[in-house]
Amino acid sequence: MFLINCPFCGEREQSEFKAGGEAHIVRPKQPTELSDDEWAEYLFMRKNIKGVQFERWNHVHGCRKWFNMVRDTSNDQIKAVYKMGEKPPVK
Amino acid sequence: MTNNLRFKTSKFIDETYRVSFKFNNKTYFGFKGDTLASALLANGIHLVGRSFKYHRPRGIMTSGSEEPNAIIQLHDNSSRTEPNVRATEVEIYEGLVASSQNCWPSVNFDIGGINNLLSPILPAGFYYKTFMWPASFWEKYEYFIRKSAGLGKSPKVADPDIYEHKYIHCDVLVIGAGISGIMAAKMAAKNGFKTLLVDEKSYLGGSSIYDNSEFSKINNQITSSWLEKEINEISKLENLEIKIRTSVAAFHGYNFLLARENLTDHLPINQRENKVRQRLLKIRAKKVITATGSIERPLIFDNNDRPGILLSSAIKKYIDLYGVACGENNILFTNNDTAYETAMSLIQRGIKINAIIDNREQIDSKISYEVEKNNIEIYKGYTVVDTYGYRRINKISIMKLSKDGQTVVGDKKNLNCDCLGVSGGWTPAVHLFTQSGGKLKFREEDQVFIPNVYPSDQISIGSCNGDFGLEEIIRNTLSSIKKFLDIDNSEYKTVETISGLNQSKRNIWLLPSDKSIGKTKSFVDYQNDATAKDIKLALREGFRSIEHVKRYTTTGMGTDQGKLGNMHALGIISETAGTKMGEHGTTTFRPPYTPLTFGTIVGRNVGEFFDIFRRTPIHDWHVANNAEFENVGQWKRAWYYPKDNENMHQAVQRESKAARDSAGILDASTLGKIDIQGTDASEFLNRVYTNAWSKLAVGKCRYGLMLNEDGMVYDDGVTTRLGENHYIMTTTTGGAANVLGKLEDYLQTEWPELDVYLSSVTDHYATISVCGPNSKKIVSKVIPDLDLSDEKFPHMSFKNAKIDNIKCRVMRISFTGEHSYEINIQANFGKSVWEKCMDAGKDFNITPYGTETMHLLRAEKGFIIVGQDTDATLTPIDLQMDWIVSKKKYDFIGKRSLYRSDTIREDRKQLVGLLTENPEEVLEEGAQIVANIKKSPIEMLGHVTSSYYSPNLKKSIALGVVKGGKNMLGQKLIIPMENKNINVTVADPVFLDKEGERLNAKL
Ligand SMILES: [Zn+2]
Repeated sequence: MFLINCPFCGEREQSEFKAGGEAHIVRPKQPTELSDDEWAEYLFMRKNIKGVQFERWNHVHGCRKWFNMVRDTSNDQIKAVYKMGEKPPVK
Repeated sequence: MTNNLRFKTSKFIDETYRVSFKFNNKTYFGFKGDTLASALLANGIHLVGRSFKYHRPRGIMTSGSEEPNAIIQLHDNSSRTEPNVRATEVEIYEGLVASSQNCWPSVNFDIGGINNLLSPILPAGFYYKTFMWPASFWEKYEYFIRKSAGLGKSPKVADPDIYEHKYIHCDVLVIGAGISGIMAAKMAAKNGFKTLLVDEKSYLGGSSIYDNSEFSKINNQITSSWLEKEINEISKLENLEIKIRTSVAAFHGYNFLLARENLTDHLPINQRENKVRQRLLKIRAKKVITATGSIERPLIFDNNDRPGILLSSAIKKYIDLYGVACGENNILFTNNDTAYETAMSLIQRGIKINAIIDNREQIDSKISYEVEKNNIEIYKGYTVVDTYGYRRINKISIMKLSKDGQTVVGDKKNLNCDCLGVSGGWTPAVHLFTQSGGKLKFREEDQVFIPNVYPSDQISIGSCNGDFGLEEIIRNTLSSIKKFLDIDNSEYKTVETISGLNQSKRNIWLLPSDKSIGKTKSFVDYQNDATAKDIKLALREGFRSIEHVKRYTTTGMGTDQGKLGNMHALGIISETAGTKMGEHGTTTFRPPYTPLTFGTIVGRNVGEFFDIFRRTPIHDWHVANNAEFENVGQWKRAWYYPKDNENMHQAVQRESKAARDSAGILDASTLGKIDIQGTDASEFLNRVYTNAWSKLAVGKCRYGLMLNEDGMVYDDGVTTRLGENHYIMTTTTGGAANVLGKLEDYLQTEWPELDVYLSSVTDHYATISVCGPNSKKIVSKVIPDLDLSDEKFPHMSFKNAKIDNIKCRVMRISFTGEHSYEINIQANFGKSVWEKCMDAGKDFNITPYGTETMHLLRAEKGFIIVGQDTDATLTPIDLQMDWIVSKKKYDFIGKRSLYRSDTIREDRKQLVGLLTENPEEVLEEGAQIVANIKKSPIEMLGHVTSSYYSPNLKKSIALGVVKGGKNMLGQKLIIPMENKNINVTVADPVFLDKEGERLNAKL
């Protein structure tokens, strides 16, 4: 079970958090301008990387804040956590 | 049996304390300090069980948690019964009752033993090959397989014991209190680390604590005496907590471990009352030191499973720790020096050793010379090729190994014995290390897997790290712990060791025989009866992956997870396939390391604590008024209120009629309530609901539908504008938490620029809904100051009011189609206001109704219930709710998805009403809907989502989803049931008062 360093609360058990899928997928500003394919790309397509992945997490049983995490999915090492809107601190 | 199997030499056995226990209905005696295994062996009993598949007689094989054979049932037919317990781990107590498993009628005569004679036709994969065909016979086969196979019996009555969970946070966790674990714990604790030391056994010191040999000394003291002083010292350390009888079950990532602490299992039953039996420790350690030791390997040869064949280290432990001889005519069979330590222990007590069979041609160690000096014949370069004796070994055959060890040469020689100790060297116990995500490497010299890459702040020391010699263990433990903890002072000045053992070994995974492999039974997995022959057969049939071979042959799939034989299985696979060891990897070691009881896993979360119940503020009234409850999410909701001897149908018919004829009252407190504030609140609602919100006036209410981004209906509810920048949103009962989460998600991640704040206020308010033609009269009695005229308080509006000086919010909204009011009041006044309403409604036959009536009433009006009539595959268009989807709004969640090629299909499932040909016939919810039953396969068009008998319409009504249903009004369809086909007609989903006359009636 991970020990996650919530950017607002500090280290907490994974059981307090909820994973929210891939990060940095921006909701299109003008969905109506998009073709079916473009909209489907936003809606359904996710990378699901084996290796370093940027993902969203929510401290759902804590401060309720969403934040981003850089995690190596092959060994579950958490490389970094950072607030929404911030640039990822690692590549 | 003979009486001289017990030696009065062990300080671990209290011979002044005799303990009686029962095994297979016969009373035996042992001493305090015995395990069930040691006590049985002292009574001359080896045969304790039958094997899984062939029902072969099996004896005690080991002295620890790796035991594959001596698996027993404790206290059969009692509330405290426990199956699949290892006799080698059970500490005996007065009154213990144990019995053999997997045998019938008795362990000495087992009818299943016939499988052993049939074994030539029971090869690997036999169950898959035979019983799968013909498929229709499986049920018959299964009955017999389950009866004859299987392990213990599960308990039939509730467990009277108490279990609990405990969190532990520590700087350093040391797993295993052998010599290296003790040293590590001392170094950590003395250097200021808050340390926890755990060991699965009832004593500290591991195997070194009974190592009294002159051949292994530390600082010129016998190892056991040196270690005793160390243990004495650490037991006084303040920084160190020590837990014995504590087995680490799982080692997860980020140094999170689960351990089971056993507190009462060693006590007589009458001393266990009101005590916690087992505790699940949830340990989060900054650093973990794994010192789990190693497990002795058996040797794989023909008939290597007879009772009386034990690991050589187990024989030594039974003598040195328990003072019990496993046999009177012993033979040791080895490929390394370990067996010579056992030999010395036997010699010291004058127990006869008939011979030692050693695979090695050359043996060069002090301890082996000492054994030879005692006139014990050592057969060098020999192997055992067969054993004899049905219920106990009585003879072995040996032959000389060829130079390359691949065959046997020369003549066969027979030797008598009643006990055979085997040693194939040692396997580091890397189970926990690999569970944590650690990567192993294979060490060629002695053919072992050892830790290589650590995934977290942890280290393995001692023999689980592949250090086997005493000198090596101590030297490496000192240096690695100093480095790991970053300390200068090791607390150990000089440690000098003397060891008479040499680490040489002649490793042969499958020992050769004079018979062809097909005629041998060389067991690799004792518990699951997997033989070397089975593994070779699997390879011949094309299996290559170790994970596949494992499942096909069931090697390593017993309750012992193949702690003894997995390495041999790997060895045989790589030898047969001609690949290098290590290339195949190992099978995955999964938690738990040893089985856990269900009690430990659930802890205190039993009975009413199993799951959380949420009760409304009015709950007690419902209970007092005979309500039946249903679970909605975590809520207990009043379902219906049976009067006299009413059944559910009768109660619901009465309640539904009363609500429309006069007045009904519903506890709606469970509806989710979200308080929304901020200057952008209206804009926010515009984006999350399908309809428009900007123009909603203060004091007005509006129904809203929320979609997922994929266009599917997610939730619904009425939202009220309380002020310019203040709304209160209601959600479905089950969806409240998810809706709040979803709204927060959009607010925080997509639209952080919006000035909006969300708070869950579900539990803050009690919600009482009063409906029906007399609702207005009742509410006006409860709140006389409130002007309820249609002009001042029209449908879909809200007023602040006071009841006895307590502020409340009253909404005129309706989920039943009747004139109705919803009173929201601070939760702790909920019950008294409810009672006030009941009082005020007495003259109007006010009838409390539950969720079932609510569902019926709304179905009459064709109102959907999200989650019942929808299932995340329906758009608002599919639900014929186009009216609520704004055409003008530029965007809202899910809008773009409403005109994807898939969502605009005409033949999507769409919500329709269904009327049965026979108005008395009520459809089953979930029933399939079809059009043509003549053409096979029958096309499924949809299913029934809601169905009731309406007392107000005096006919059966139903809602359902049907492919292209929108254009099928009036069409006949069929609901095929098991014993009949029901004819239905597609109808408008609004069955009652489509014009809303009841809602708007002047009252
Ligand atoms: Zn937080």
